[in-house]
Amino acid sequence: MLSRTADHLYWMARFTERAENLARLLDVTHQMSLVPQSVAAGNQNWGAILALNSLQTAFSKTYDEANAENVLRFMVSDADNPASIYSCLRAARENAHAVRGTLTAETWESCNATWIELREQSFEQILSVGVGEFFEWVKLRSAVMRGVTFGTMLQDDALHFIRLGGLLERSDNTARILDVKYHVLRTNGDEGTTDFYQWGALLRSLSAFEVYRKVYRDVITPARVAELLMLRVDMPRSLHACVDGIVRVLNRVANSSSAETGRRAGMLHAQLHYARIDDILGKGLHEYLTDFMDRIYDLGDGIGRDFLVPAN
Amino acid sequence: MSNNFFNEMYDASGIVRPHYCAYADWLLATPAERIARKRAEADIAFHRVGITFAVYGDESSQDQGKERLIPFDIIPRIIPAAEWLVLQAGLRQRVKALNAFLYDIYHKQEILQAGHIPREQVLNNAQFRPEMMGIDVPAGIYAHIAGIDLVRAGAGEFYVLEDNLRVPSGVSYMIEDRKMMMRLFPELFSRHKVAPVQHYPDMLLENLRTVAPAGVLNPTVVLLTPGAYNSAYFEHTFLAQQMGIELVEGRDLFVRDETVYMRTTQGPQRVDVIYRRLDDDFLDPLAFRKDSMLGVPGLLSAYRAGQVTLANAIGTGVADDKSIYPYVPEMVRFYLGEESLLNNVPTYMLRKPDDLKYTLEHLPELVVKEVHGAGGLRHAGRPGLDPERNREFPCPHHCRAGKVHCTANTRTVQLSDIC
Repeated sequence: MLSRTADHLYWMARFTERAENLARLLDVTHQMSLVPQSVAAGNQNWGAILALNSLQTAFSKTYDEANAENVLRFMVSDADNPASIYSCLRAARENAHAVRGTLTAETWESCNATWIELREQSFEQILSVGVGEFFEWVKLRSAVMRGVTFGTMLQDDALHFIRLGGLLERSDNTARILDVKYHVLRTNGDEGTTDFYQWGALLRSLSAFEVYRKVYRDVITPARVAELLMLRVDMPRSLHACVDGIVRVLNRVANSSSAETGRRAGMLHAQLHYARIDDILGKGLHEYLTDFMDRIYDLGDGIGRDFLVPAN
Repeated sequence: MSNNFFNEMYDASGIVRPHYCAYADWLLATPAERIARKRAEADIAFHRVGITFAVYGDESSQDQGKERLIPFDIIPRIIPAAEWLVLQAGLRQRVKALNAFLYDIYHKQEILQAGHIPREQVLNNAQFRPEMMGIDVPAGIYAHIAGIDLVRAGAGEFYVLEDNLRVPSGVSYMIEDRKMMMRLFPELFSRHKVAPVQHYPDMLLENLRTVAPAGVLNPTVVLLTPGAYNSAYFEHTFLAQQMGIELVEGRDLFVRDETVYMRTTQGPQRVDVIYRRLDDDFLDPLAFRKDSMLGVPGLLSAYRAGQVTLANAIGTGVADDKSIYPYVPEMVRFYLGEESLLNNVPTYMLRKPDDLKYTLEHLPELVVKEVHGAGGLRHAGRPGLDPERNREFPCPHHCRAGKVHCTANTRTVQLSDIC
């Protein structure tokens, strides 16, 4: 298939997934903020979201204090912030529009409808209805898009590159959410009810709360949360599951110049496959996740070079 | 003015014309509410289809949210089969002659030597491409797709308004309109025998495949679009999808060793035929407009080497230029030895003093057009023009005037099969 077409499909999927995960991250932060805490501690959590995306400078150009409302406005509706949910869904729609002939009518229409509905909601309206409801809507629209895509599209290269984009983005995003929240939670210290709610919110934001109960049948401990979200291959948003999918898709679309990218993906997969969570925590989770995100970035680079924007 | 318009459905004495009888009966018997409801249904369906090129655009633009619908008239324009047969023969004849003309002026220029068309009219024309001299295109076809604008003057009487031989568009509307009509009023189709149009993309693809460079057995055909911001982008995606070919932009293609390739996820793939919806000027920044970001550097060299076919060919604009239009009947005579089956609109060339005088005296009845440029957008004058303002005329050398014909409106007929 045409490289540019693959590129648009890949980014359509990445931006849709990014919007969903951003909604998940904002949702968990919002839920955690509902537990009694000091204003400073609350603002620290909102500030962490900006730091996570290296957006402090862009944020401070328009906003003064990194409090709940400002960060939400900036990350939800700000058209000038390229990382906002608004901008992500717009970019997803623009990419879909460029290749609408490749998509099934249902896929295109669900993507387009998401954008049209989003454009009709002002931030004030979102606030008045409740941000939680809005985040549910974003997750739902992403689920609709995914369902329609996998339910209607021919299983050819077009679908492979959509899948590749979605998986790559999700692996990065799960790592980010875990990285930012794990630290906040660990430094908060004491065991107790607060902690339970906080970890519960993190798991819920990744649709992993019930999964956790089912898998461990035990109290929530940070190490197990990390294990579930990183190493369980049967947990659809875990790093292991994402990289597992990336390796499979890369095998399907491989061409004469993609061997190195395939090798790197395979190596990353093997490391997750044979890793033990105690070793990772012993050496430092933050370091591990930073390295993981670098390698996902590197994979994205390779995929771009090999398939999407090849030199002559 | 309005009483001068030709009424498609009723004749002058108010009697329904024979070919409209079945439709008129249906219209009379169908409750107005049903028609209104169907009309609304059509609007909703077209919104969904047309939404792409309407909602899209500059975020800050005033047009944001406004939707431009496919033009759709619930009263069909019925052309009786007998009339159509004449039209069809006339259109084929005309397009054949225009192609023969293009071949000739890029080779021996016999029509110029014979003195039928003033030499400078052709050779000094901005649309004449010296780069095409002596180049042989597959099957000698230059205009694979031609849009001939027709106007009805009376019963069975059609005139050619203008020829479009560069990148004519609009065929997708015809197909979408027909699809919609069949969906809304299937009973009309059982009352009439309506010639099908839905197979146009198949015919187009077949034509494009037959003009592939010599020796290519299974040619790769692509559609080259200026991109998603082009107003005809809907049609480009529609045709590419219907034909099952890749919709490419200039940046998807590159030229190596005078061969055109497209960048695919499986590496470079050779391209044999390009159905281009991009004007000559933008095709190749190395040969034409240097600032073109839409074209493919080196495309002209690959084309001249016969490694790729462009449809339409480069340089067809010289044959649909309005200054050349008056000579088309002459071409039919010269190349085919036949008399033109379709007439031109009576035309006055303002560089001729007598014509200029007549035009100025009869301005309210005439349409004045600048000869350069495609389409009819740049009319310098039209019926009812204030004679006081005729100083605003462009230079007479660049103008021609044509008789106004009273008509419901005009419609483009696309003719893809010219053989």
